[in-house]
Order: sequence, then C-alpha cells, then structure tokens
Amino acid sequence: MHISEGVLSGPILAGGAILALGGLARGLRELRADDLPRAALLAAVFFTASLIHVSMGFFSAHLLLNGLLGLLLGWAAFPVIFIGLLLQGVLLQYGGLTVLGVNTFNMAGPAAAFGLAGRAALARFGWRAAPAVSLLAGGGTILFSGVLTALSLGLSGQEFAAAAAALGLAHLPVAAIEALVTLFAVQFLRQVRPGLLGRTGDVRP
Amino acid sequence: MTCDLNPGRSVLHRLDPRLKLLAVTAWSLLAALSRTGPAALFALAGALAFAGLGRLAPGPTAKRLSAVNFFLVFIWLFLPFSVPGEPGPALGGLSATKPGLELALLLTVKVNAAALGALAFFGTSSVTQLAAAARRLGAPEKLTAVFLLTLRYFHVLSLEYARLRQALKVRAFRPGLNLHTLRTYANLVGILLVRGVDRAERVHAAMLCRGYTGRFWFHDHFRFTGLDWLGAVLLAILLSGGAALNAF
Repeated sequence: MHISEGVLSGPILAGGAILALGGLARGLRELRADDLPRAALLAAVFFTASLIHVSMGFFSAHLLLNGLLGLLLGWAAFPVIFIGLLLQGVLLQYGGLTVLGVNTFNMAGPAAAFGLAGRAALARFGWRAAPAVSLLAGGGTILFSGVLTALSLGLSGQEFAAAAAALGLAHLPVAAIEALVTLFAVQFLRQVRPGLLGRTGDVRP
Repeated sequence: MTCDLNPGRSVLHRLDPRLKLLAVTAWSLLAALSRTGPAALFALAGALAFAGLGRLAPGPTAKRLSAVNFFLVFIWLFLPFSVPGEPGPALGGLSATKPGLELALLLTVKVNAAALGALAFFGTSSVTQLAAAARRLGAPEKLTAVFLLTLRYFHVLSLEYARLRQALKVRAFRPGLNLHTLRTYANLVGILLVRGVDRAERVHAAMLCRGYTGRFWFHDHFRFTGLDWLGAVLLAILLSGGAALNAF
C-alpha cells in the first residue's frame, strides 16, 4: 500500500525524494534510446497487471509484481515504477506528488536490489536457481517494501507506531501471493521466452 | 488520445500547463507541510476554490477523492487510540484521546486539500500537455518519453487484457484463493509480457522508420499570457498567506 499525501513528516518526504532521485538517475542512465519502447511497454504491462485483484477472504489486493519487474529491468525498475505511480497519481489520485519520492523508493529500491541479485544468480547458476530466485524476489521485494513503508510512517512520528506496525503486517499475505505468482510467471517465461530474463539471453538453459 | 480528465473551457483550462505543474507542487507542499488547523483549512479552502474555478464535475471528483480517503480510514482506525493525551469520547470500550482525534482530523483535511488541489490543476490539462510541460520545465527527456509511451500502450494493453479475461471466462475460469488461480494469473501476466515485448520491437521499428535517432519531440506551444501572470501573482499571495498561517 502506498502512503497518502500529507501524512508523512518533512524530513521523511525529503529523504525519500533524494533516494528516489538517485535511483531514477541510475535507472535512466541504464536505459539507452533504443530501450525506451521496451521500457514503456513493460511499464504498461505491469500497470495492466495491477488491474488483477486477488481476493483473500475479507479483503482483496491487486498484483504488484515488483519482484518480476526488478528481474526484468534491474535499475530501470526505478523509472518504470515512478511512472506507474505517477500515472496512478494523475489518473486515479492514489498517493500524491509530495509522497512520490518516498513511495517510489519504497517500491523500486527493493525491486531493483532483488532483481539485480536475482539476475546475477540466474546468470551464475542457470535455470536450476530459477525457483528460489523467483520466490525470493517475488516475496522479498514486497516484504522489504512493507518494512520501508512502515518505517517511513513510524519515523514520521511516535503516534504512528501502531498504524505502521499494522501496515507492515498487512504486507505478509500479499508477499506470499506475490512469491507464488512470480514463481509461476518465471516458469512461464522460461518455457515461452527464456531470453527475457537475461539481458542478452545469457541465462544458461 | 490526449487523456483529459475533465475537459472544458474554464479559466483554469486556459492557464499555461507549466504554471499548473508549479501550482500543484507548491499547493501539495503547502498542504502536506501544514502543522496547524487553520493552515490546513486554508489549504483546503484554496483547493475548493481552485476546483470551483476549474468547474470540476462533482461526481467523478468525489469518486476520485474517495479513493484518496481510503488510506485515511486506516489512519482513523489507529491514530485516535495511539496518541497519548487527555481522554476524549469512548468508543466501544476503547477511549480515544483528544490529541489523537485532532491529529486524525488534521491529516484528513491535509490529505483532501492536497488531492483536490492536484485534481483541479491536473484535471484541467490533458496528460500529454502536462508531460510536455514537465519536459519544458526540465524533466529528463527519456523519462518523459517513457511516460507518454506508457500512457499510450497502457490503453492498448488494457484492451488486450480485457480480451484475455473474457477468454478465461468463456473457459469457465472462476477466481478463488488457490494455486490454480495464481498460476492462471501468472500465465496471464506472462502472455501480456511476451506480447508487450513483441509489440515494443514493432513500435521501435516503426519509430526507426520515421527517423527516430534518440530524440523524442514534444508537441508544445506554450505561451505565458497575462492571465498566467495574474494567476502566478495570485498564487504567490495565497501561498505566502498559507505559510504565514503555518507559522503561528
């Protein structure tokens, strides 16, 4: 879940914005001019995938697939997630402008970190590492995003401690679902388009 | 496809999108950083005035605002009870504290002020215009280009998604909380990814055919008119008023 505008304190907003800007700069440097259509299409796919809701009894969560996004895009996860949040902000009014930095970093930071590590593991160990990598990337990304979101709320003021803890815990079931969907999606891509998960198809069969 | 949220011809529609971007940023900061009740109410009143000036359609605007308030439900569930202070009204055995209730109320006003301000300014320009304006104000070219392409292809892919959902339905797919559902969703995403990447190659080829050399051109003919100067001055006065309220 992302945090609404007007809740977090100034220093947290500024810190998130600076971290997000760093990631964005790194991600944009990685994108060559010829990569732009692909990045945009992938962004559009993930934005579309977020329309899929998984109902979990009393509440439903939409798919995020930040782990898969990180595996496919690495550092470029920053611009793509930023654009996703911007579109959500402009079109649907979730989140907002001042929290954009915090929300971007909370989601894209773990995605890029797990994605880069996962890609390195796939390149080194080949496809037999794929189940572990996809489960870890899919679930871990969400868990870390949850921790970061709870921290940004908790550090904004002592009074948010209880809400922050609950917000962090709410990420647990989502992480489990994301881990499984990422696992299955990686299995699918391995069968259908194995080249997608390595930048130059360098994943060993 | 320009993606107007709220098409029309009001005063706000005629303002330069560059000014609107700056206005949203400034008003969001003012609302987000207000610490006192009067300052937050001032930000909300201003946002309401902007919404009126922009002739926002009340129905869709209320719907968009209710999405914003979803996060606030969460805040209201916790804050009144977790802030220490003088006890206020008791609710079913739990007693809310006065400072807790005040803080939750303050946050509610702030969140809605920022969101309504953004809706008033963003809603009265097309998204493509706003992107071009952001580019003119110094947003990176690659980022703006990816943003515009994403907006375009999200529409294409959501149609594709709707078609795939229908195909699933025809094959008697009933979603639930089980592995079959998750695997089906994963395959659905996988197919979207594969088709998306294939489409990206065709798009790239088409761009190359039309002379793409890495520059992305934006269609913008912005003019900062007298009306924009008036708006800028008015905004500056309102902003300093809000900042002054925050200081006391």
